[in-house]
Amino acid sequence: MAADPLLELRDIRKSFGSVVAVNNASFNLVQGEIHVLAGENGAGKSTLVNIIAGIVRPDSGEILLRGKRVEMQGPLDAMRHGIAFVHQEIAMCPDVSVMENIMMPRINAESGFWMNYKGTRKKAVEALHLLADIDPDMETRKLSISQQQLVEIARALTQECDILILDEPTAALTQNETDTLFHIMNQLKAKGIGIIYISHRMSEIFAHCDRITVLRDGTYISTDRISDVTPDDVIRKLIGAEVGALYPPKARKNDSGSAEIMSVRGLSDGDRVRDVSFSVQRGRIHGLSGLIGSGRTETLECIAGLRPTRAGETLVGGESFHPRKYRDAINKGIVYLSENRKSDGVFLDLPIMQNIPAMDLLAVSRFAGQFLSHRKESELANDLGKVLNLKRASITDDVSNLSGGNQQKVAIAKLLAVVPKILLLDEPTRGIDISAKSEIHHLLRRLADEGIGVVVVSSEISEITGICDDVTVLSEGSSAGTLKDAGVTEEAIIQLAAVSVKKNASLAKADAL
Amino acid sequence: MIDRPGTTEFPLREYGVASFLMRLLRAREAALVIIVFTLIVALSFLSPYFLTWGNMRAVILSFSTEGIVVVGMTILIIAGGFDLSVGAVMALAMAVAARLTGEGVNVWLASLAGLTAAAGIGATMGVFVTRIGLNFFVVSLAMLSIVRGLAFVVTRGAPVPLVNPPAAFSFIGQGRISGVPFAIMLFLVVVIIGDILLRYSKPMRLVVYTGSNERAAIYSGINTRKVKFWAAVLCSSLAGLAGLIFMSKFGSATPTFGVGSELNIIAAAIIGGASLNGGRGSILGAILGIALLSLVTNGMILLSIPVFWQEATKGGILLTAVTIDHLITSRTR
Repeated sequence: MAADPLLELRDIRKSFGSVVAVNNASFNLVQGEIHVLAGENGAGKSTLVNIIAGIVRPDSGEILLRGKRVEMQGPLDAMRHGIAFVHQEIAMCPDVSVMENIMMPRINAESGFWMNYKGTRKKAVEALHLLADIDPDMETRKLSISQQQLVEIARALTQECDILILDEPTAALTQNETDTLFHIMNQLKAKGIGIIYISHRMSEIFAHCDRITVLRDGTYISTDRISDVTPDDVIRKLIGAEVGALYPPKARKNDSGSAEIMSVRGLSDGDRVRDVSFSVQRGRIHGLSGLIGSGRTETLECIAGLRPTRAGETLVGGESFHPRKYRDAINKGIVYLSENRKSDGVFLDLPIMQNIPAMDLLAVSRFAGQFLSHRKESELANDLGKVLNLKRASITDDVSNLSGGNQQKVAIAKLLAVVPKILLLDEPTRGIDISAKSEIHHLLRRLADEGIGVVVVSSEISEITGICDDVTVLSEGSSAGTLKDAGVTEEAIIQLAAVSVKKNASLAKADAL
Repeated sequence: MIDRPGTTEFPLREYGVASFLMRLLRAREAALVIIVFTLIVALSFLSPYFLTWGNMRAVILSFSTEGIVVVGMTILIIAGGFDLSVGAVMALAMAVAARLTGEGVNVWLASLAGLTAAAGIGATMGVFVTRIGLNFFVVSLAMLSIVRGLAFVVTRGAPVPLVNPPAAFSFIGQGRISGVPFAIMLFLVVVIIGDILLRYSKPMRLVVYTGSNERAAIYSGINTRKVKFWAAVLCSSLAGLAGLIFMSKFGSATPTFGVGSELNIIAAAIIGGASLNGGRGSILGAILGIALLSLVTNGMILLSIPVFWQEATKGGILLTAVTIDHLITSRTR
C-alpha cells in the first residue's frame, strides 16, 4: 500500500488479571473504508476498540496513526487524535437535554468558560437531522432506546473525526434507522473517514462493508476483502470449526393441530395490547412478530401476570387462567424470559448455582423448606448446565464473569428449574454470539418436541422464520394474522406487520421491523 | 451534500431571560415558592409577630449562613457526591482561625488558614473517593468524626473567644447596610453566583454530566475524577466560609458548633430537587428548601408549639417532598 494506513495496530496485548483479553492482535484501517471487526463474544473486539479509543491501555504493542506511533493518554486524547466512538452500551446523561448529550465531548474539549447554548444547539441539530426527528431540547430520559442509540451516533458525528468506531450500533435500531445509518456511513466513507464496524449481523456486514478482520480468543485470525469471502467462511473463522445447520429442523407437518397447549383470546391491557389472539400447539414453536411497539413484549407480560389485563383471556389446557401476579403464572407452569438479560434476566453478582434455583427455592431446600441445601443447588446447576451446554469454570462463578451467551443460558436454566409447561421468551438470543445462539435454538426445538409450549418474540425476522412453526404477527397491539409452516416467510410477516401501518403512513416512517 | 431524513423543524428555544422565567414557572422551584408564600400568609394570620421586619430579618439571617453551605452541597450532590462532614468542617474552620488569632496571628490570615483547612478536608475526601474508589457516604461519615475531633483538639475542648477582632472582621457577621445584615448580602451573592454558574458555565455543566451518568461523561472525554474532586473541595470550602462568618457573628469559636446541621443542609438540597443519584438539583430550589425549613421552625416557635416537634416536622417535610417528587417523575417517565 502506497500511503500509510489511517490506523495500524501491531501486536497488541492486554490482559485483565489472569485473563488474556487480546493476544498479539494486529489490525489496520485505511481511509474511506468500512472495516468490520468480527469475533464471538469474548474474542477481544471490545477490548481492542477500547484500546484504540484510549479507554484501556495495552500491556504491549504499538498504535500508529498515519504511520506515527502514538500513546493514547485517555478518551480525550483519542478524541484529539480524531477518533470518535459509538459504544456498544448506550451511555447517556438522562437529566440533561438531547443537545447537550450530543455535544458533551465538544463542550468538554473546547475552551471558554461559559456555555454557548445557541451554538451548541445549532451543531447538535445538524448532526441529529441526519439521523432522525428528535427534539433537541427534550430531556434525554424520555427517549426510547432506539432514539438514545441515534443520539449516541449523533454525538460521534459532531466530532471532527478521521476514524469512527461503531460497536454494535444497530442492536437497538429499527430497519429504517439502520438503513439511514448505513447511508450516512457511506457518505462519511466517501469523505475519506475510516470506519471500524462491529456487528454480529452477517447481512449488514455483507451488504455494506469493505473488509473484515476476524479475532478469535483474543488472537488475530485473518483480514479479507468482503468480496473475497462468503458468510460461511466468516462463520467458520469466527468459531474455528464447522457449524452444523444454523437453525434446527422445523416441526414435522403431521404434528400440526395435535393439541393446544395454550390459547390467548382477545387479550388487552387497555394500552399497548388491544386485541391479541393466538394458539400455541404442542410440539410447535410459536413466534410473535411485529414492529417495535406493536405490543409483543407487553403481550407476553400480560400472559405472565406481569402486566394487568383489562379484557380477554388466556386458556391453559382448556382452563381459563387469570394471573394477578407473576407467581400465579409460575405456579401454573408459565415462565417469562425478559428481553433485558442483565437487568431482569439474571443476578449478575451472584454465582451460577444461586441464580438457577432463584424462582423456586423450595426445590433446593431441606428440612421442610427451612434451609437451603448447597448440595441440591449444585446438583441442579450441574444438571441444567449440562442440558444447556453451559461453559464455565465453576458453578460458583459469578454470572457477571460469563459471556453474554452463557449469561443467557443461565437465565434460561433459571426458568427450566421450575419445570415449566410454557416458556415465554422475549428476544432469547439478543446480542449473543452465533454458536450460543444456535445452541439455544436447538434447545428450544428439543423442548418443544418434549411437549413444552414455546413462544418466542424476536426483532430479528430471520430468527423468527428460522425457528418458528407458527407465527402470529402483531400490528399496533392487535393480531394481524397467523402464518403456518411454509407460509412463514419474511415477506408475509412484513406484509402483515404493515397492515395497520398502511392506514397510518406517518407511523410507517418511524418504525420498521 | 448529505441528505436529511429528519424533516421536522423543532423551534429554537430562547436561552434568554424571558425563556428562563418561563421554564422557572414550570419547574419545581415554582411549587416551592407557592408553598413558602402560602406558609408566610398563613403564619402572618396566625401570629401578629410573624410579619414584622425584625422577625423576617431574623428568619432570613437564621438560614443565610447555612445557606452558603447549601449551595456547595447542592453542587456536590449534583456531581453524584455527598458530604456528611460539613457541620464539623464549619467548626474546624472557626476553631483554626480563632486559635491562630489567639496565638497572635492577624485575624484575616488566620481566617485564610481556617478556609485552607476546610478546603483540605474536601481535598482529602476527594482523594479517597476518586483515587481509592470509596464512596462519599463512607468517607464523609468518617470525616465527620475526624474533623469534629480535630476541632476539639484545636480548641482544647472549650469555646475560644476572638480577642479584640478588628471592626472590619466583626462587620461580616454583625454589620448592617441600610438595615440589611451584611451576612444576608454575602449569602445572596454566593447564591446568585452559584445559580448563574450552574446554569451557564462549562465547569458546572461538566459537574451535571458527571453526576447524571459518569460513564457517559468519561466516554465524552470528561475527567470525572477531577470534577468530583473539585466539587468536594468547593463544598468543604463553602462550609469553611460559613464557619468563619459564624465566628465573626459570635465573636468566638465553639468546637460543638454545627452538630447536626449537615442533615438540615442535605435535607434542604433534596427538598429543592437534588437527586442523590446525581445529575439533578437546583441551587434556587435548595435555598427555597432551607427557607421552608426555617419558616416552619420559626412558625412553630411563634405558635408556642413545643420545640420537640420541630425535628419531627422537618423530617415529615423532607419525606413529603421526596414522595411527591418521586410520584411526579415516575409518572412522567
